[in-house]
Amino acid sequence: MTQTPVTTFPADETLTDERARELGHELGLRRDEYDQVVEALGRVPTVSELGMYSVMWSEHCSYKSSKVHLRRLEATSPRILAGPGENAGVVDVGDGLAVAFKVESHNHPSFVEPYQGAATGVGGILRDIFTMGARPIAVMDSLRFGDPTVDGLGPRSRAFQRAIVDGVVRGVGGYGNCVGVPNIGGETVFDDRYATNPLVNVLAIGVMPVERLQLATAEQVGDVAILLGSSTGRDGIGGASVLASQEFDEGLEDKRPNVQVGDPFREKSLIECCLELYDRDLLAGIQDMGAAGIACSTAELASAASMGMDVDLDAVHLREPSMASWEILCSESQERMLALAHPDGVDEVLAVAARWDVPASVIGEVVAGDRLRLHRRGELVADLPARSLADEGPTYDRPRERPAWQDGYGIVVAEDLPIPGLADDGDLAGFVAKFLASPSLAAADWVHGQYDSWVRGGTVLGPGQGDAGVVRLPGSARGIACALDGNGRWCELDPAEGTRRVVAEAFRNVACVGATPIASTNCLNFGNPERPEIMWQLATSIEALGEATRTLGIPVTGGNVSLYNESRVGGSDDPRDTHIWPTPVIGVLGVIDDAAMAVGQAFVQEGDVVFLLGDETRPGLAGSALQAYLDLPLGGRLAPVDLDLEARLAVVLGEAARAGLLHSAHDISDGGLVAALADSAVLGDIGVQIVPTERKDPAQLLFSESPSRVLVTTPSDSVRELARLCADAEVPLADVGTVGGTTIDVQGLLTLSLEDVRDAHLRGVPTAVDPSLVTTATGEVVT
Amino acid sequence: MRVGVITFPGSLDDHDALAAATRGGAEGVGLWHGDTDLSGVDAVVLPGGFSYGDYLRTGAIAQHAPIMAAVRAFAADGGPVLGICNGFQILCEAGLLPGALLRNSGLRFVSRPVFVTVERRDTPFTRGFDHPGPWSVPLKSGEGCYHADPATLDRLEAEDRVVFRYLPGDNPNGSARNIAGVSNEAGNVVGLMPHPEHAVDDDLAGGDDFLAMFAGLASDVPEHESLSR
Repeated sequence: MTQTPVTTFPADETLTDERARELGHELGLRRDEYDQVVEALGRVPTVSELGMYSVMWSEHCSYKSSKVHLRRLEATSPRILAGPGENAGVVDVGDGLAVAFKVESHNHPSFVEPYQGAATGVGGILRDIFTMGARPIAVMDSLRFGDPTVDGLGPRSRAFQRAIVDGVVRGVGGYGNCVGVPNIGGETVFDDRYATNPLVNVLAIGVMPVERLQLATAEQVGDVAILLGSSTGRDGIGGASVLASQEFDEGLEDKRPNVQVGDPFREKSLIECCLELYDRDLLAGIQDMGAAGIACSTAELASAASMGMDVDLDAVHLREPSMASWEILCSESQERMLALAHPDGVDEVLAVAARWDVPASVIGEVVAGDRLRLHRRGELVADLPARSLADEGPTYDRPRERPAWQDGYGIVVAEDLPIPGLADDGDLAGFVAKFLASPSLAAADWVHGQYDSWVRGGTVLGPGQGDAGVVRLPGSARGIACALDGNGRWCELDPAEGTRRVVAEAFRNVACVGATPIASTNCLNFGNPERPEIMWQLATSIEALGEATRTLGIPVTGGNVSLYNESRVGGSDDPRDTHIWPTPVIGVLGVIDDAAMAVGQAFVQEGDVVFLLGDETRPGLAGSALQAYLDLPLGGRLAPVDLDLEARLAVVLGEAARAGLLHSAHDISDGGLVAALADSAVLGDIGVQIVPTERKDPAQLLFSESPSRVLVTTPSDSVRELARLCADAEVPLADVGTVGGTTIDVQGLLTLSLEDVRDAHLRGVPTAVDPSLVTTATGEVVT
Repeated sequence: MRVGVITFPGSLDDHDALAAATRGGAEGVGLWHGDTDLSGVDAVVLPGGFSYGDYLRTGAIAQHAPIMAAVRAFAADGGPVLGICNGFQILCEAGLLPGALLRNSGLRFVSRPVFVTVERRDTPFTRGFDHPGPWSVPLKSGEGCYHADPATLDRLEAEDRVVFRYLPGDNPNGSARNIAGVSNEAGNVVGLMPHPEHAVDDDLAGGDDFLAMFAGLASDVPEHESLSR
């Protein structure tokens, strides 16, 4: 079936078997993987081929460790127009519109070079979105850093940690602001487990008329391959294999050239250029170039169409003419796309590109057969079956083993905590104010105050304004809502229950704004899959993810797996210390028929009644923010989340929002009731009086993170209607207080002045992370 | 009333400015940086964004775009010209407005709603406001610190050419004398750093305090000439 391979290659491309094996090893190919390459080719690979296989078969590109488990996430829904395996998931949202969305990580590059790592993370996920035919209309970012309030050695020093936070936030903003896509929210978490392996996950959302969806199915023999966008340089070579598919060791500086450099201005031009090409129906196929650049995009386009491609590397516009073939093939220079056009349309494609000042080169042609052939200086440098590169890489069912350390978590007494001020009649209010100022709970205004959240005129609820971001779709009253959530501590404690809870939380957040959750995406951030304990965490989490998303009716439309999130930089060698908390980050997309009816977090009106909807307060301090804040060992048992109740709760929230009954809605999550009250009161600049109806341990009442609970406020004349909706859906509700005043008051327990809370809430993050602020040993800020 | 919005390479809020003009009751007309005429529009908006990536000084490249010759002639003839954010920076670079925009005093990009007062309500872009405010409007810029030498600032104030000011004590970027926007001598060219086009719809996060700007522009009350003094 395969054609006879060409056996003569230029001398500088030819390797002996021994040398090829050695070079393959340096590039990250295992011995048996190298053998598989030789088998696929029927001979020793050339230098270019070896480079291509090493990148394409890397963990980052091939998902070789996770593939067998990801199959469990498969789901079908009539709404899904493109699912896992495509560049981004696409769902039908009605009115003839489709929405593409996906989340992706850029963790390792962001540690090595925070600004560019984060910036190119934004650029990469945006290309995934507009490759599908959609115009990007929003981004969200989920960031996890070390704890900047703790000063350690080397990379764990406060100065180093602050530099990472600063660089990442500037990078996300620098790219997103300049490319003109609004940031509508996300999460920022500070936890020492991410000190030497921060997580930078970016989600992007795009919208298109359904008929503009670009699927790589239209190619024909003779179609012309056109490289659009930036010239190809030596930046980012090996990013996928070297950075994303290995653990970190010392020598970070050496890896800096592996990080790509972003050019958001070029990306903006490229977006407009591609959208015009789609509108004119000039393309037969398109693929973005991210990891593995030209090697990946040519192989994937050819493989998807079951055809071959002839590519002339001399035609590629280069930054440095001296680049070797393998460098051209594996370069991860940003802001590039590979488009396929019918020969008659090529001139028009080039004219559109010229109008947007986007460089374009005709570099190849679709041919019959299955071979990807690459030429350089007139000679063949690679000749391989496209499918072997793109789709026939190795897959592993790696050994899994429940970590012995899990047993320790179960015996920790988590639910009976000594709260300063509660047990000893001390200053509970003072303690709570300090707790609310801890950077993970405090308002993230410092972060999103550096992001444009307004551009393209659709933002209804921007960062921090609602439990989910809400954007009105162009030319429609309809809006989409999106929430992005993770919780590494819960998932370390119990990967299955933790993952279910995270899914439930993202689902609930979308419901809180009044939207109907319809689909999900995920970014699975885990440690080294070659360790059985980590593989167990990953597999356990994926299984729970599949189950929870099916139960809640939010099918997985795609996602990203980021493994090897481990670091020995400045730390010990014990796996418990080096790997990050297992951190699946879940994005849930919802639709709201009238975006103007979206419900925010802020308390609105004096006299509004506060209701607690959903479950009662259950023991929920295991893995909680309080446990972390008090520096207690992680432990305890997570109360199971009732997904059926979550689904009913979402129905009530949606109906109440559509009926205009709600002035605010905010779920109780990280930090418990006090944190939820603080968010809503500070944002609305109005106090609240809570009269607890439950006889519970005060620590649980104030700080429990047990799931399925939402605080809503409603004007008194809507109470009856809300109660009826809850009764119909069998969702418990309890009248717990009234909006108003200048204090946050929990009767019999706590009175905080709104001013103190606002101060704590707004200063928590900048005090901890802003390098331009000097903090004294006592936490005072000197400006 | 036809309001032209110029798209430069890297313009981002051109789409929003067109929508705002339409919402204000005018007809929005897209204009292209490479063109040399203004298609007969009655007013011109230079929108926000990062023209040419702002990799050089903000606005420094865009002011040389072919269409800018037509904008200069239009402005000299008394035609209403509005520069928003990057558009303001371009107008300063083009010499159509005095002063320059420097990096924010906090050295960070600032994105948040600000309150501004409308200091002068007889320009084509402020005649729609029925009182000086303060009005809420989104600000989003890294280089929004308005700067001019003291003599120029004195003259601007003496000639009543400060059109918008941030509230005292809430100056987001270190702008001299809390200046958020200025006009040329004749009052027909106005530039400001905040984004009025993001504040024209009460259903959106930016509110609608600045719908008055576009509604006022669309109401074709005075001829250009009546503005000159």
